[in-house]
Amino acid sequence: MGLLLLACGLVSLLTTAGILYALLSESVLFFREVSILRFLTEREWTPLFVEKHFGVLPLASGTLLTTLIAMGVAVPLGLLSAIYLSEYAPERARRILKPVLEVLAGIPTVVYGYFALTFVSPLLREWLFPQMGVLNALSAGLVMGVMILPMVSSLSEDAMLAVPRALREGAYALGARRHQVALRVVLPAALSGIVSAVLLAVARALGETMIVAIAAGGQPRLTFNPLEGVQTMTAYMVQVGLGDMPHGSLEYRTLFAVGTALFALTLLFNSLGIWVVSRWRQEYR
Amino acid sequence: MATGIPLAVPLRRRRSLVSLAVGAFFHGLALSAVVVGVMVLGALLVDVLRKGIPHLDWQFLTSYPSRFPQQAGIKSALAGTAWLMALTAVVTVPLGIGTAIWLEEYAPRNWFTRLVRLNIATLAGVPGIVYGLLGLALFVRWMGLGRGVLAGALTVGLLVLPTVIVASQEALRAVPDSLRQGAYALGATRWQMVAGVVLPSALPGILTGVVLALSRAIGEAAPLIMIGALTFVAFLPKTPLDPFTVLPIQIFNWVSRPQPAFHLIAASAIIVLLVVLLLMNSIALWLRNRYQRKTEW
Repeated sequence: MGLLLLACGLVSLLTTAGILYALLSESVLFFREVSILRFLTEREWTPLFVEKHFGVLPLASGTLLTTLIAMGVAVPLGLLSAIYLSEYAPERARRILKPVLEVLAGIPTVVYGYFALTFVSPLLREWLFPQMGVLNALSAGLVMGVMILPMVSSLSEDAMLAVPRALREGAYALGARRHQVALRVVLPAALSGIVSAVLLAVARALGETMIVAIAAGGQPRLTFNPLEGVQTMTAYMVQVGLGDMPHGSLEYRTLFAVGTALFALTLLFNSLGIWVVSRWRQEYR
Repeated sequence: MATGIPLAVPLRRRRSLVSLAVGAFFHGLALSAVVVGVMVLGALLVDVLRKGIPHLDWQFLTSYPSRFPQQAGIKSALAGTAWLMALTAVVTVPLGIGTAIWLEEYAPRNWFTRLVRLNIATLAGVPGIVYGLLGLALFVRWMGLGRGVLAGALTVGLLVLPTVIVASQEALRAVPDSLRQGAYALGATRWQMVAGVVLPSALPGILTGVVLALSRAIGEAAPLIMIGALTFVAFLPKTPLDPFTVLPIQIFNWVSRPQPAFHLIAASAIIVLLVVLLLMNSIALWLRNRYQRKTEW
């Protein structure tokens, strides 16, 4: 029985191996035709046109832009929510608000995409930016931020709840007010958990697909103007995935090259997130 | 000592008033952050209901998609979602629970076990669309499963596997050691102890994790688009190798069209998807309450 269970455990290792093999084997074939230097430095991405350019920068900048906007929403709101839930909220309010925030995390991303395109974008166009196009990085990024908010908030709250009562009570005994305890005692004590939460949230935002595929636009554009439409790495992959891509074509291989770049980026942030917690966590006992 | 005589000099009192104001402001700020989240959720639900309810009827549930929004329905998407969920459960439940049992009850404390744990934590952070590439290369091409439900279920099954593993691990860890020792004391083997004592006690937690994972699975669109699930399907899959579509892909397809009439039926389909999710989570909650009452220690 033990061996059978071990075999189950091996599946997860095999999955990782399979992902690496699939990504690398096709990427190697891609980079035989297009040099890595071209991939990383060219400023245009037009693999589906007659005149082909293979610069990943426009896709990378699109991904970076939507991720930055999302984090601009998710980090402040998520942290403040966590502080409210762990330091301020009366038990009854906590019992209602926490599950409601968790519902936000359970909504399928395609629904958020719909919301960004048909609700947030028209709203922004009507009230703030009449010259903005229907498809833009801003509404996709904002909605993505709301989607990630519960992740930042619940991971940070876990870290704050792990800070022992004695520390808070010590601060109160010295005459500190509640916000001083929250900001100067609990926040620094929970910092490793909070930083880790933010890093994991960045990884999530980088790989988020359906919101940006629906609402951010379809034009790879090297820009940091949030009012313009951009194409992210993931949105490009969806665009190709929807078409008929002949196996073995260069088009098919661009998928894996972009996928490898995306995988490397998310892996970096995830590993940092895991490492920060294991390296810097304060054990209170 | 509690005389209530203010010890503070006026200057200090002014500072404490400022700090009182800052405190109140910060309290309000923190509260409003939660309120923003709740309000967005409210706006999303109201918007979807307002736009989607008018078209939501029996005909919508039992019609195939169509070029004409008035006649379009989600019959094939519902069938595909049901197929995908069933097959995903078959793939991921035994694997996930097996891995969790191995990690919690069997695995020795060595570098290999640490590697498996780290690997699971890493896999949990890999974007869904990358799993789609794995499915495309491995299941669709290499194993030759084609663009059928089975290839989709295997892909999504691997995607949600870490969720099942981690939830099951937590449920197993919550079972007190005294139960294990009691079973051993009665002469049980390790497997008898796990199957007869630990698993039944951990079952509510494990079930909750499984439902959580499956509700993530039925909301996924990106990995299925990568393996080539179709966006327009006017038939029902009959075998696990048949082409299919699912609700999120159908919604994506309708949202991406320029005509507003399709956006409205996308909202109708979203309502159906959210109701399915709500049902699944209610079942999980019900199961947990039902079983938790029996076992108390």
